[in-house]
Amino acid sequence: MFAEVPLFPEQASTTAERVDALFFFLCAVTGIMAVSIALLLLYFAVKYRRRAEDDRTPRILGNKRLEWFWTISPMFVFLIMFLWGASIYTSVAQPPPDAPEVFVIGKQWMWKIQHPDGQREINDLHIPVGRPVKLTLTSEDVIHDFFVPAFRTKIDVVPGRYVHTWFHPTKTGRFHLFCSQYCGTSHANMVGSVVVMERAEYAEWLDSHAEGSLALQGRKLFLKLQCITCHSANSQARAPVLEDLYGRTVNLRDGRTVVADNGYLRESILYPEAKVVQGWESIMPTFKGQVNEEELIRLLAFIKSLKPGRTPVRTEDFPPPLGAPETPPGGNPKPPQAVPTNRPEGKSNRS
Amino acid sequence: MASANYSILAHHFENLEQQRETETMGMWLFLATEILIFGAIFTGYTIYRVRYPRDFEAASAHLNLLIGSINTIVLLSSSLTMALSVHATRVGRQKMLMTCLTLTIVLGATFLGLKALEYYSDYEDFLVPGLRFRPGEWTELTPPANPQHVQLMLAFYYIMTGMHAVHMLVGMGLLVWLVLRARQGMLTPVRYMAIEVIGLYWHFVDIVWIFLLPLLYLTGTHHGSDLHF
Amino acid sequence: MSSTITTRFVPQAKARPPRAPEVNYLNVAYGVKSWLLTTDHKRIAILYLFTVTLMFFLGGAAATVIRLNLMTPTGELVTADTYNKLFSAHGIIMVWFFLVPVVPTVLGNFLLPLMIGARDLAFPKLNLLSWYIFTIGAVITLWAILAGGVDTGWTFYTPFSTRSARTNVIPTIIGIFISGFSSILTGLNFIVTMHRMRAPGLTWFRMPLFLWAIYAGSIILVLATPVLAVALILIGVERAWGIGIFDPELGGDPLLFQHLFWFYSHPVVYIMILPAMGVVTEIIPCFARKNIYGYEFVAASSVGIAVLSFFVWAHHMFVAGQSVYSAMIFSALSYLVAVPSGVKVFSWTATLYKGSVSLRTPMLFAVGFIALFTMGGLTGLMLAALGVDMHVHDTYFIIAHFHFIMVGGAVMGYMGGLHFWWPKMTGRMYSEFLSKLAALIIFVGFMLTFLPQFVLGYLGMPRRYHVYPPEFQILNVMSSAGASILAVGYVLPLFYLIWSLYGGKPAGPNPWGATGLEWQTPSPPPPHNFDETPIVTTAPYEYSLEETDGVG
Repeated sequence: MFAEVPLFPEQASTTAERVDALFFFLCAVTGIMAVSIALLLLYFAVKYRRRAEDDRTPRILGNKRLEWFWTISPMFVFLIMFLWGASIYTSVAQPPPDAPEVFVIGKQWMWKIQHPDGQREINDLHIPVGRPVKLTLTSEDVIHDFFVPAFRTKIDVVPGRYVHTWFHPTKTGRFHLFCSQYCGTSHANMVGSVVVMERAEYAEWLDSHAEGSLALQGRKLFLKLQCITCHSANSQARAPVLEDLYGRTVNLRDGRTVVADNGYLRESILYPEAKVVQGWESIMPTFKGQVNEEELIRLLAFIKSLKPGRTPVRTEDFPPPLGAPETPPGGNPKPPQAVPTNRPEGKSNRS
Repeated sequence: MASANYSILAHHFENLEQQRETETMGMWLFLATEILIFGAIFTGYTIYRVRYPRDFEAASAHLNLLIGSINTIVLLSSSLTMALSVHATRVGRQKMLMTCLTLTIVLGATFLGLKALEYYSDYEDFLVPGLRFRPGEWTELTPPANPQHVQLMLAFYYIMTGMHAVHMLVGMGLLVWLVLRARQGMLTPVRYMAIEVIGLYWHFVDIVWIFLLPLLYLTGTHHGSDLHF
Repeated sequence: MSSTITTRFVPQAKARPPRAPEVNYLNVAYGVKSWLLTTDHKRIAILYLFTVTLMFFLGGAAATVIRLNLMTPTGELVTADTYNKLFSAHGIIMVWFFLVPVVPTVLGNFLLPLMIGARDLAFPKLNLLSWYIFTIGAVITLWAILAGGVDTGWTFYTPFSTRSARTNVIPTIIGIFISGFSSILTGLNFIVTMHRMRAPGLTWFRMPLFLWAIYAGSIILVLATPVLAVALILIGVERAWGIGIFDPELGGDPLLFQHLFWFYSHPVVYIMILPAMGVVTEIIPCFARKNIYGYEFVAASSVGIAVLSFFVWAHHMFVAGQSVYSAMIFSALSYLVAVPSGVKVFSWTATLYKGSVSLRTPMLFAVGFIALFTMGGLTGLMLAALGVDMHVHDTYFIIAHFHFIMVGGAVMGYMGGLHFWWPKMTGRMYSEFLSKLAALIIFVGFMLTFLPQFVLGYLGMPRRYHVYPPEFQILNVMSSAGASILAVGYVLPLFYLIWSLYGGKPAGPNPWGATGLEWQTPSPPPPHNFDETPIVTTAPYEYSLEETDGVG
């Protein structure tokens, strides 16, 4: 029975190896310190035990040199500990640029996972061994935490923003996934598994669970929600073209510049007046309440995938979404071949 | 005057000087904690102010600067009358003491009354998130303001001025107590620490207001035509 | 004419100790009113003793049910909601109603005026008011906990505490808020007293180090508690009126709450440990019969800990979503704050060198403190390393770390102090055998309870879980077994300490042969402490000086 009692977690990622190495170093150093103090205390308590009620002791008040020594010297050891720990942490904070991105949404009390090709999972995350994978996470309600002990990483998942983490699995198997930020009644049941598979197995799994990529689903939403009405490919449209936007630097109307990342795109859909692009009016209605976090992820995947010349053409006639101007200022946009006549007021060329 | 008989010096002090220094230090230390409490909430406000400057300015422009300004003058004057009453105690001018203390109370009450009027006027102006608020009126501004962030600013406004008002109320209570003590002849040139330390407290509450006014009211642009009761 | 009292070691006369004077602070007046309206700091200390002891056992009861539930992986003893309310109650009660007040209000209140040769604190009536405020806050919080409970954890993280929790959050917050005033007023009282009421000749560097620790702790109390008040007010407002400062829907930031909360709550853990360290610094020189090694460094370390404690709060938020640079700064500062604690441990150990060590009960607790606090502090070094904290944050590793410091440290320190000054407070000695037994049981029980939790934490068992994967069971059972032993160890003192009041040997003014002004008074002391103000002419802890007559 005791053979089955684990005393140390499995090492299943590159980060795990690094964290364990630091941990063992820390155990060794602090262990030596603790044992030394314990032995000294024991030794002194025995060697200098009171032998008579009127024992006299020497009047030792201290030694400044020794005291400065034991004040300053630990700092050198601490420096090593700090640098080592910081190096692991900074590398975890910087996902490899080409790692595939999996989206995770935490909600009371489950994990919803979306792969880039559309596969969806609840509480389980299937990933291939030997390749880094990046996670982009958000919460639908309260703060959760995505924790995989075997990978030695965790990250708090906060509502209202995206956070990122990544890992590079080195072993196949099924590993615990825990929520480790208290989130209510079933916090302890918000658990699952990370399943690391061999490449071939993983490819098979992907195929059998595909639902159409996230980007494709996002394209459908883009049309359904009538984003296309303003964000068409037409340069006289009343909103910027979104091709090739992801990752670029954008100049805003108030003089700031931002990078068009996931957070920026999500914010622009929910709070469009927050960051208005230079040269454009703030006429975009908000889609808060009309899209949930999962739909947002699909839209983002679509925008990310949008290459030049690939903006869909508006073909269906749906009523404009809630809050959109009925008729755009300056009239409806002409089809691309027509000669432009009126230029609506306040517009300038898309930069 | 019967109760003026018992000793000013408390049993655990060696001499009057030690007692007075102790009491003064105690009040200053207490005011340090008050700086921390107002400082914490000012910090929270400042963080959001820096994050959403336009929306906070838009919200601030709708606050009632007229009442805010009048209240500032009222409160500053009450600090003057408070200082005068401390002085009157030290020099033994009982009548001046009573007059100045009473004036301080009246001015304090005026502040609180005007504050209540101001809250009512904010209610009328749809500036009470959760109770009476029109998001549309903010998005229609040029440039449009985010009604969510405006609500954030207004929440801070009510909390900060509310905390200040609570401190004023406590101060009023202390002042009334002082008036009663004065009537019993217990505020004299030798027995003055009570009014001295309460004076410190009152001045502190005034200073907090001096910070509140610009932080809350003056970040936005007010026009003469906006001023109203 | 003032008598000259020197603070050097004077061995207790071999003959029977002189009978205590007729009138002491306990028998000067009888009746409930004389206790409830007292302004005597010694009586107020006893009042606090009652309240905090009650709160300790209530918090302990919650812990008992928690550990019982965790004996099985499927946690069938209580429902998930009840479990969540239990760990919240345990944390809230133990932090705010036991650990923060206990050493300052029980030992600090009793000893501070005695140690500085004063007749009372600077503001005796304020002291009584502090007790009332504390008790009212405790009653309100207890009511909230017992009438439905609160399930946010003692940390009240938003948005859960403002939006999701369907429990008595607001009454709990009100109770804690009110008790915060008690903290502030007590701290204020202590600081002013130490500045203004020291006896002639008692310079800062002649003060007992217990008072340096109390002073540093009081600075933290006074400066940090108001920030907690603001954090609680903001949650209360958000919950009551639905308009959120921390609500992401409004553009609010849930992390702002964490910053405000931890800005107070990190310094507060130093409030809990510093006074206990001060107790240990009194006990060690006495039972090694030797000067403390490095007085100035130990005094400076107390102040250093208090100052640095304000700069490390975000080490509780390494995985919460702050920037990498911010995390690195807080990690570095957290290493810095470990340095003064190390100074103390080294000084205590060096004090034993060439001393005359007597392992009476207070010394057992003090040595136990050093061992367990050192282990807890060293694991703190592990947590300050960003790479490790990433893995163990919010797991049982953290729970083990802070219980080593809070229980292995602060509670052991308090027990040591209680056993050291019990004869002074009550005039009675307790059973040496039973008290040593209790110390041993507590030490063993403690190790068995919390050592397995380090392993559990590294394995990945998260905290605040009422169920867990089956492979963690054995370690959990070990921990629960240890907890039952620990419980016995804590209940035992109730018996022999209370019994000592009736059947204990009279203690005399200085049963331990200690230096310090408090030991120059009878046990129990008279109501006004000193008939004449003492004049201090020597440094403290002069155990090693040759005995001389007259002025030392």
